[in-house]
Amino acid sequence: MIEDTAITEKGDLTINIGPQHPATHGVLHLAVTLNGETIKKVEPHLGYIHRSIEKMCESLTYRQFIYVTSRMDYLSAHINNHACALCVEKGMQIEVPERAQVIRVLMDELTRIASHELWWGAMAMDLGAFTPFFHAFRERETINDIMEETCGARLTMNYMVPGGVMADIHPNFQRKVKDFIKLYKQKIKEYDELLTGNIIFQNRMKGIGYLSAEDAISYGCTGPTARGSGVSSDIRKLYPYEVYDKISFDEILENEGDSFARYLVRIREMNESLKIIEQLIDHIPEGDYQAKTKAVLKLPKGEFYTRVETARGELGVYIVSEGATTPYRIKFRSPGFSNLSALDHMARGSKLGDLVAMMGTLDLVIPDIDR
Amino acid sequence: MWSFHQIADFINDWLNQRFNPTWVTVIEMIITGILVISLFAVLGLVLVIMERKVSAWIQIRLGPNRVGPKGMFQSLADTLKLLVKEGMTPTGSDKFLFNLAPYIAMIVAMLLMAPLAFARNFQMWDMNIGVLYITAISSVSVISVLIAGWSSNNKYSLMGAMRAGAQIVSYELSAGLSILAVVVLTGSLNINEIIQSQANGWWIFKGHIPAIIAFVTFIIAVTAETNRAPFDLAEAESELTAGFHTEYSGMKFALFFLAEYVNVFIVCALGAILFFGGWMPFHIGNWQGFNHVMDFIPSSIWFFGKTFFLIFLIMWFRWTFPRLRIDQLLNLEWKYLLPISMFNILLVTAMAIGGWHF
Repeated sequence: MIEDTAITEKGDLTINIGPQHPATHGVLHLAVTLNGETIKKVEPHLGYIHRSIEKMCESLTYRQFIYVTSRMDYLSAHINNHACALCVEKGMQIEVPERAQVIRVLMDELTRIASHELWWGAMAMDLGAFTPFFHAFRERETINDIMEETCGARLTMNYMVPGGVMADIHPNFQRKVKDFIKLYKQKIKEYDELLTGNIIFQNRMKGIGYLSAEDAISYGCTGPTARGSGVSSDIRKLYPYEVYDKISFDEILENEGDSFARYLVRIREMNESLKIIEQLIDHIPEGDYQAKTKAVLKLPKGEFYTRVETARGELGVYIVSEGATTPYRIKFRSPGFSNLSALDHMARGSKLGDLVAMMGTLDLVIPDIDR
Repeated sequence: MWSFHQIADFINDWLNQRFNPTWVTVIEMIITGILVISLFAVLGLVLVIMERKVSAWIQIRLGPNRVGPKGMFQSLADTLKLLVKEGMTPTGSDKFLFNLAPYIAMIVAMLLMAPLAFARNFQMWDMNIGVLYITAISSVSVISVLIAGWSSNNKYSLMGAMRAGAQIVSYELSAGLSILAVVVLTGSLNINEIIQSQANGWWIFKGHIPAIIAFVTFIIAVTAETNRAPFDLAEAESELTAGFHTEYSGMKFALFFLAEYVNVFIVCALGAILFFGGWMPFHIGNWQGFNHVMDFIPSSIWFFGKTFFLIFLIMWFRWTFPRLRIDQLLNLEWKYLLPISMFNILLVTAMAIGGWHF
């Protein structure tokens, strides 16, 4: 599985894509060795946006550290917060009211759609089509407006707290989400017309960036990247949390393992998320939105691990507690890091233009990789 | 009627009354030169604002709307900004070639304007090999791209230039062959005669399906030749930042930018001349009344209308399609477009010999 390091021969071209480059969506640095246009080796260099979030969390209390994690994978901030809240709840053995659980799931799925929308636009931009970006943002704005009303923020919501959610949903929430569902069902057709059915797009995606199921497992790929290779890895199905075991939705699997499979997985996943929202939006149970918790949380001595499915894959939160008000050690298992590690394997032998397309289908968020 | 060629005749007469013929020629050359340069600048500004408005329309946003009425002077403000910006020359670059490249691009674009007929009897140079001249001169533009990429001392620029070289040279073939289709039908390389031959119907209607095939190949090939998306591999933004003009800034960049837009105008004007009858008004057989109304519209409006319609088409491509990969791009040309246009030439020739066209 471990490939031999390509030796740079005379005449090979090494170009540095990034850290400031339109293709990298952030400050990722790829040292790419090229033979003409053909890629011999891709070497990701990380650390340009390392903010030592894990270390910062060690000096913050269990209520505070959740807010820092919004800045990891800023496109699924809700889900990051959710994972941390779950971990603290697991340690404290807090029973979350059902209303809070449903609200959390609704928010997670809205975030997932928003994140995939942005991925769709950004990936099309990588391929040189600018227009999808704006079309995707049109729908994403609607979700952001919903978030703004209920959570008070559009990007880093900080809505999840240990024991539930920070505030009850806005009275308009249900109506607006239903409006969004109606709007989205019209617009998803536009996506297919604009990009999915395009012959140039299909030629750029099909058979490119092949990742076999074995390799996907070996590299630790999760989320849509792994599911594009036919590896079942949906944490919502495998290790259900909150109310995911009570609702019906499918785990999307595509077996081709190429860029187009990963693309289809995400497109179809948006529809699944919509299905979950449709099931829950009219059945938000009455009750408290937050469990009664102590003002100061102290996790018992021990180690706690939870994992959730973010828009990019499996996010693991590992807390080591010494019984104090702050965690002794926190480790995040971010999906982007593992997915990025498969890039070199996928890209070897393809053309430079494909590298950008592959990075697009991996849906990399650099602050999530570097933390 | 008040038209371009009457103004030109009036100036010519006025000059002839006052100066001897040698001086008249010199003065007219200078006037033409100034006109070309102004047209170059005006076209650049108009096309940039048009592109931004078209893209805004396709992308459901407003586009520039602050400078002047409806943002019409936005590109003027941008030009002003580019003029006062520092034009940097990177260390390690070949300074002479680096500074030369944008001017080659500009001069090529200007030279290409010479044989275009902008209105009835309004042409800078009515040469008998107009079409050949355009195909010949437009091949020179690849040199400016190659020089720019090579002299910049930048790997992105070099890769962009190599892509552009491969691309422009290949697509010239099918562009040339599809132009040849109309030349075969007309039997002339003279732009004016090509337009005159379409007095009773444009070639796109008269030439049956082969003319339509030629037109489609022409549009695809010139889109590639002018490095416009979906064939903008030479400056593929997400791959090579800006391709061959990565290192250019200020006015030198602006020259490349303007040259690209003027080239788009020129190829679209050529397409309008070859397939849509240039300044010829739209006529339908024996409908005298309708034809008379069409004749009433000035010829310059016909020419610019058709040209801008084709430009809009090319802009529409750009904002809708994703980019091709380099091998797919060359496959498209060598495996599909070139055989199709070669076969098409045979069809057109048979049609011309048999006189099957209208």
